[in-house]
Amino acid sequence: MSLSDIAKAMKAIKFGLLSPEDIRKMSVVNIITADTYDEDGVPIEAGLMDRRLGTIEPGQKCQTCGNRVGQCPGHFGHIEMARPVIHPGFAKTVYLMLRATCWNCGKLLLAKEEYEKYTLMMERYKRRWPQLRFKLADRITKKANKTSECPYCGQEQYKIKFEKPTTYYEEHKEGNVKLAANEIRSRLERLTDQDAALMGLDPLLARPEWMVLTVLPVPPSAARPSITLESGVRSEDDLTHKLVDIIRINERLKENIDAGAPQLIIEDLWELLQYHITTYFDNETSGIPPARHRSGRPLRTIAQRLKGKEGRFRSNLSGKRVDFSARTVISPDPIISINEVGIPFDIAKLLTIPERINKYNLEQMKILIQNGPDDHPGANYIIRPDGRRIDLRFPKDRKTIADSVEVGYEVERHLKNGDVVLFNRQPSLHRMSIMAHRVRVLPYKTFRLNLCVCPPYNADFDGDEMNLHVPQSEEARAEALVLMLVQEQILSPRYGGPIMGGIQDYISGGYMLTRKETQVTREEASQLLTSSGFDGDLPEPAITEPEELWTGKQLASLFFPKDFNYTLKSNICLKCPTCKKEECEHDAYVVIKNGQLISGVIDKKAIGAGQPESILHRLIKDYGTDMGRFYIDKAFKLFLSFIDTRGLTIGLDDEELPQQAKDKVSVVVGEAEDKTAKLISIYNQGLLERLPGRTLEETLETKIMQELEEAREKAGEIAGSNLKDGNTALLMARTGARGSLMNLAHMVACVGQQSVRGERVIRGYQGRTLPHFKQGDLGARAHGFVYSSYKDKLNPIEFFFHAMGGREGLVDTAVRTSQSGYMQRRLINALQDVRVEYDGTVRGTDGSILQFKYGDDGVDPAKSDHGKAVNIDKIIERVISAGGK
Amino acid sequence: MVKFEILKHELVPQFEILKKEEIEALRHTYGIKKEDLPWIRRSDPVCKEIGAKPGDVLKITRKSPVAEQSVGYRYCVPG
Ligand SMILES: [Mg+2]
Ligand SMILES: [Zn+2]
Ligand SMILES: [Zn+2]
Ligand SMILES: [Zn+2]
Repeated sequence: MSLSDIAKAMKAIKFGLLSPEDIRKMSVVNIITADTYDEDGVPIEAGLMDRRLGTIEPGQKCQTCGNRVGQCPGHFGHIEMARPVIHPGFAKTVYLMLRATCWNCGKLLLAKEEYEKYTLMMERYKRRWPQLRFKLADRITKKANKTSECPYCGQEQYKIKFEKPTTYYEEHKEGNVKLAANEIRSRLERLTDQDAALMGLDPLLARPEWMVLTVLPVPPSAARPSITLESGVRSEDDLTHKLVDIIRINERLKENIDAGAPQLIIEDLWELLQYHITTYFDNETSGIPPARHRSGRPLRTIAQRLKGKEGRFRSNLSGKRVDFSARTVISPDPIISINEVGIPFDIAKLLTIPERINKYNLEQMKILIQNGPDDHPGANYIIRPDGRRIDLRFPKDRKTIADSVEVGYEVERHLKNGDVVLFNRQPSLHRMSIMAHRVRVLPYKTFRLNLCVCPPYNADFDGDEMNLHVPQSEEARAEALVLMLVQEQILSPRYGGPIMGGIQDYISGGYMLTRKETQVTREEASQLLTSSGFDGDLPEPAITEPEELWTGKQLASLFFPKDFNYTLKSNICLKCPTCKKEECEHDAYVVIKNGQLISGVIDKKAIGAGQPESILHRLIKDYGTDMGRFYIDKAFKLFLSFIDTRGLTIGLDDEELPQQAKDKVSVVVGEAEDKTAKLISIYNQGLLERLPGRTLEETLETKIMQELEEAREKAGEIAGSNLKDGNTALLMARTGARGSLMNLAHMVACVGQQSVRGERVIRGYQGRTLPHFKQGDLGARAHGFVYSSYKDKLNPIEFFFHAMGGREGLVDTAVRTSQSGYMQRRLINALQDVRVEYDGTVRGTDGSILQFKYGDDGVDPAKSDHGKAVNIDKIIERVISAGGK
Repeated sequence: MVKFEILKHELVPQFEILKKEEIEALRHTYGIKKEDLPWIRRSDPVCKEIGAKPGDVLKITRKSPVAEQSVGYRYCVPG
């Protein structure tokens, strides 16, 4: 009989409490001895490792069920408590119920009419809004708590104080009286089933008095196995240790009660027992010290086994471990396609794909079997139709095995080029963190990936490792290929643009190739196009006299479709007030007509990763993902080949400013210093005008900050406009390849104001930041303004302030990542099974409606045009241009 | 204190209590029970204002930054 024969559809799960009778009924032994094993290592009768609790030693039969280790499920025991104790998990509920009921007659503190009203209401809620019944129960409990005199017996009600975790006091006029657990239990016993139901309990499954323990279940030994160290010393589980404590105190308490010991001693022991029970359930209960092991390590009790990242839920139940996976360091490979991943031979020989032998692949499979596990296109196992597996590692003569296989056998063959695998980099924050790639088996020991897929994985090559999974079934492979292949993920729903695309040298290269002055000879053009995999004819040269020359724009145009039309402003655009469009003297206006780059340069705005409305975006939207992959694989290679021929580097002389520019910078900075001094003197004279909503001091700070920021900006502008033509750092900043003009200004002109918590540096000594300054000095230098540039060197004081600002940045990133990680987790848990149905509604698993139309407009942001379903301007433009023909 | 007319505030969308037949039609278009709609409590200021009772279904018409106008429904529950 298979599992599906006995399985039944589950309708609901209901949780309840174990009654003392339930606990005794399921128990196989009453545990009274606080010991585990005797000197000979034999489990002690009625001890914590009693044989009846289930066997954990191989070969032994269980004394209860007769099964051996694998079969015996383990059996519970129990401990009879000498006095009742509060179950710490229900302490809050017990408190609420005590407050809502009469101490004398045990009735729910509601007048008759009200009681009946709420009973009816509860009935109705259970029928129509069962989810709301606990809210109503809360309301009833709260209402009952407000009554100060019992409507039934007329007794005055005392206020009850709850002290965490498990202590309750009654506030009498004479002072607080502690409520003992047995008193609490007897009060809860008096509650009727109807009253309990009104307070949100199902009394058949959970009588309130069951929240006070009189019997404690002892988990089977399999749940707390003892381990034997190599030295032969037995070491017990933390739970067993805790149970030993409980039994020891429980027995002491029992003896003292029987011997008629003084009340004080009994109460002390009782309290100690309560402590042990509380820590047995949760050793991180606030308000009490955690129970510790002899070594000082806190014990890992029940709650700790379940809670948190290493707990049963997150680690064992949601934590999946898999076969057919690999992990290694990644390194870049600009030659393979974005759809590919380079896999080392060593890994390809360990990861396998099961392939059924048929008459078409029989010969090929025989070769694989002959090659065996050690030669690359080989195989590791053969599975015969009867399910028997043949391990190819051991037989010497694989030839005969190869000859003996027939159609219908299955071969677990090595990974080979073209296989579909899933590739992943943690943290897997969005769907592009796991994508399907095609295998490319390569030498060496690292996974290789195309640089354009770095942005979606957020990968770099400073030691990053990535994981790889091999789908084993045809369905899984098909699904991966259709939904998860890299080229299908270029357009991201996050950006409304391509998340993949050019980075760094791709952008510099695109710019260098397509700028006006670039011309190449026939030889060079052929070289470039061949290395980028172009297989068409060279176009007519743009210049024929005195020698044949091709422009970079001509070469870059070869990868556009012949009917491609597009215009955009490139990253180097200075955003002049009136754009001269095609006539732009900076060549910043990109025009592509009929697949020809007429004007403009290709830079970040055209091919950059994460750039909406770029050439790349348009190509994919108009021509599909195959076009996107083709463009990234081929054209991008051209940009890299070009940058290879010209070279791109920065050196110290790129940070050199001409003397007169340096003078200008110092004038600007000097002026700022003067203005700051002037502001300070105005402030000192009390003539400073207060800004609305600020104090005088804040006003001064803001004004000084503004002044200094302006100075830094001006210095940066001077630097930007005075750097030599052909400065590569400037080229990279302007094209968006790497770095910004601000970075450049920091290097050559002035580092500027350092800030801590968004303000100038103010912390340090009394009235000053460092002992080098006078107290009360408000000047720029004394509050973290760095006059120097990185190249000039920072003086020690500037260096110190710079380190302060830098440290804050580091701390911020560390804090932010941990906080956003936690938020991410919670969002994912809350939203994981929400889905968009075919009717456009967004629904939960039970079919409840969360949104009547996805996003109000039903538009998939990945397929949208600037968030809209259609871009009318673009369509009109296309219709007009097509009609003009 | 002057009573504040919440229904006239520009941030409060338009509410309307559906008739029996309209509810049936709604249940039919989405293939749902009334309980599958998002819930609104009777104590919600708007419910008090328009007199919605538990069991009623409200139609909400609001301006939407992406779709100009969007329509939603709420199932009124006690509490
Ligand atoms: Mg890294
Ligand atoms: Zn057993
Ligand atoms: Zn009473
Ligand atoms: Zn321009």
